[in-house]
Amino acid sequence: MSEATLGQSRRTDVHTSDAAQRRLRRRYAAERRFQLYGLFAIGIALFALGWLLTSIVGRGYTAFTQSRVVLEVEFARDVLDPDATGDRQVLSGANYAALVKSSLREQFPDVSGRRERRALNALVSSGAAFQLREMVLADPSLVGTRRAVSVPLSDDSDMFFKGFIRRDVGESERKLNDAQVGWLDALQERGLVERVFNTTFLTSGDSREPELAGIWGAVVGTTLTLLVTLLLCFPIGVAAAVYLEEFAPTNRWTDLIEVNINNLAAVPSIVFGLLGLAVFLNFFGLPRSAPLVGGMVLALMTLPTVIIAGRAALKAVPPSIREAALGVGASPVQTVLQHVLPLALPGILTGTIIGMARALGESAPLLMIGMVAFIVDIPSGLTSPSTVLPVQVYLWADSPERAFVEKTSAAIMVLLAFLILMNLAAVLLRRKYEQKW
Amino acid sequence: MALASTLPKIVARDVDCFYGDKQALFCVNLDISEKQVTALIGPSGCGKSTFLRCLNRMNDVIDGCRVTGKLELDAEDIYGPDVDVVKLRARVGMVFQKPNPFPKSIYENVAYGPRIHGLVSNRGELDELVEWSLEKAGLLGEVKDRLQEPGTGLSGGQQQRLCIARAIAVSPEVILMDEPCSALDPIATAKIEELTDELRENFTNVIVTHNMQQAARVSQRTAFFHLGILVEEGETGKIFTNPGNERTQDYITGRFG
Ligand SMILES: Nc1ncnc2c1ncn2[C@@H]1O[C@H](COP(=O)(O)OP(=O)(O)OP(=O)(O)O)[C@@H](O)[C@H]1O
Ligand SMILES: [Mg+2]
Repeated sequence: MSEATLGQSRRTDVHTSDAAQRRLRRRYAAERRFQLYGLFAIGIALFALGWLLTSIVGRGYTAFTQSRVVLEVEFARDVLDPDATGDRQVLSGANYAALVKSSLREQFPDVSGRRERRALNALVSSGAAFQLREMVLADPSLVGTRRAVSVPLSDDSDMFFKGFIRRDVGESERKLNDAQVGWLDALQERGLVERVFNTTFLTSGDSREPELAGIWGAVVGTTLTLLVTLLLCFPIGVAAAVYLEEFAPTNRWTDLIEVNINNLAAVPSIVFGLLGLAVFLNFFGLPRSAPLVGGMVLALMTLPTVIIAGRAALKAVPPSIREAALGVGASPVQTVLQHVLPLALPGILTGTIIGMARALGESAPLLMIGMVAFIVDIPSGLTSPSTVLPVQVYLWADSPERAFVEKTSAAIMVLLAFLILMNLAAVLLRRKYEQKW
Repeated sequence: MALASTLPKIVARDVDCFYGDKQALFCVNLDISEKQVTALIGPSGCGKSTFLRCLNRMNDVIDGCRVTGKLELDAEDIYGPDVDVVKLRARVGMVFQKPNPFPKSIYENVAYGPRIHGLVSNRGELDELVEWSLEKAGLLGEVKDRLQEPGTGLSGGQQQRLCIARAIAVSPEVILMDEPCSALDPIATAKIEELTDELRENFTNVIVTHNMQQAARVSQRTAFFHLGILVEEGETGKIFTNPGNERTQDYITGRFG
């Protein structure tokens, strides 16, 4: 056997014989097969991604429009400011809901009885009264005039016009009774109902009323939190990576530190939340639900990722560059700061953005430090109570109202948009630093 | 000869060098004279690079590398406890075996050294120094109009001359060259040899080479290493025509190595 192969290998046609052709074909076949596996894998990934996106967008896009009704509102002086004082205090405390009710009654004068009236009034959002109040406070001369105002409909009416509450199911199974459906139809027939872009969703904070709930509070909260995370984990992570990679002696201690950092990267995020609760809130007494603390917790979580990526990027810088710099008499710090770090920066940025993306999607550790609270106001600073996008998604997904279903998906869309923006910024930054040399 | 009477620039006495437990140099004694070219020759792995790197303490950055014995530059201990390594490397520059320009512009490559050592006070002087260095390295003609282009975009031979320009821009007293021509074609090699000869006016030069003709052409003194031992050292003419040691004889006539 071995003699035969040896004899064959001595022949001059080892690379041209039929057997050689067959070997070659097998090799090419294996190569094609391998590429096919790769294509298949990418296909599955794309399919899954496509499915996810279509289901989210398909369910969420309706949240970006809102049904409103145009009502003739009488800014009656005897309701708003009976003594004609013109005092802001009086104007601010007036009963604006009454204005809405009376203009609805104008539309449907023959509705009588307390229950019917209440059913009619429920068609319009409670936000309508707030809107009228804002209008009057901004312009007190409105008092005593009459004008057409577009006010939001309630979430159920909105769902009805979006087709999520169907008229063909039994009255007992839908949120609107037959009379309410009739009134809504009548309003639409009179051309008073409009579907407009939902600015409320993009500009306001959370609310118990789905038609008044917005994502902006969570967007601001996320921005502030991630800003704190970035400002903490990037410099600390880079400094740690540079020290460990470039300056630290290799001994038992640095080995121990390395093992610990690698382990920390795999610790479940909720553990960091518990740590934040115990250390930042209970020991240092920092405020609850604050982006400052959230950012600190997420920075702890992201730090190992940044350090590991940073070390890998520093390791990848060819040693000849270090020798070149040291050879002309640069000090070790100059060598690192002026030559090694700039070359490693694109890699460090990639690692940082991976860590930040993970931080963006994290909710578990933030639950532990109280960022899960129901917060209506847009956060105004690093210590004001706030929530973040993934927690907002979680909160809305947990709400019973039908209208929060589309809001949940829309919030996920906003989260994805945020992620894309973040990645875009990273790509641009990276390109800028790669062009430098 | 007049030159022989001048004090040696670098003195090595009983130098041992270890990489961890492995000894790479055994009791090396060598004088390197000022404003001369000293060639280090010997078979691969005999410790030429190791010895060269001892001279400007580039071995410091290698984990586990240890140097014992006495090494002096102008009668000052190179490995003394209060020696400023940054200053030492400014006085003893180095050109590496593989061209390693910074991934920056040609201008920046040369300007970097003078800038960090504060050798110039304004942009005009820096421009002048960069031009002078490139001129000395025989590169100016080729890159005059593209000083702002990346140094990594040059050919291998041009990159090596750029590295030489970078080294001389710092005005070192000694230049160490570790096989500067090993990756170059005969024309680029000839240019660098010419340059080495010219540099002799201003600099003390130590060059490692595997090319016997090159050693014979450019150097005044030659040292032959074998297995970490300095076998023989002397005037280049004598080493190549009448070596005192059999191993030297065998090596330069190509019988081993
Ligand atoms: N960083 C290092 N760690 C461990 N051993 C090393 C290291 N560098 C060199 N050595 C060893 O030291 C000895 C001398 O190496 P050196 O690089 O000085 O040889 P050289 O004469 O320059 O060879 P060449 O002509 O191939 O460049 C070799 O046996 C080598 O294996
Ligand atoms: Mg070598």
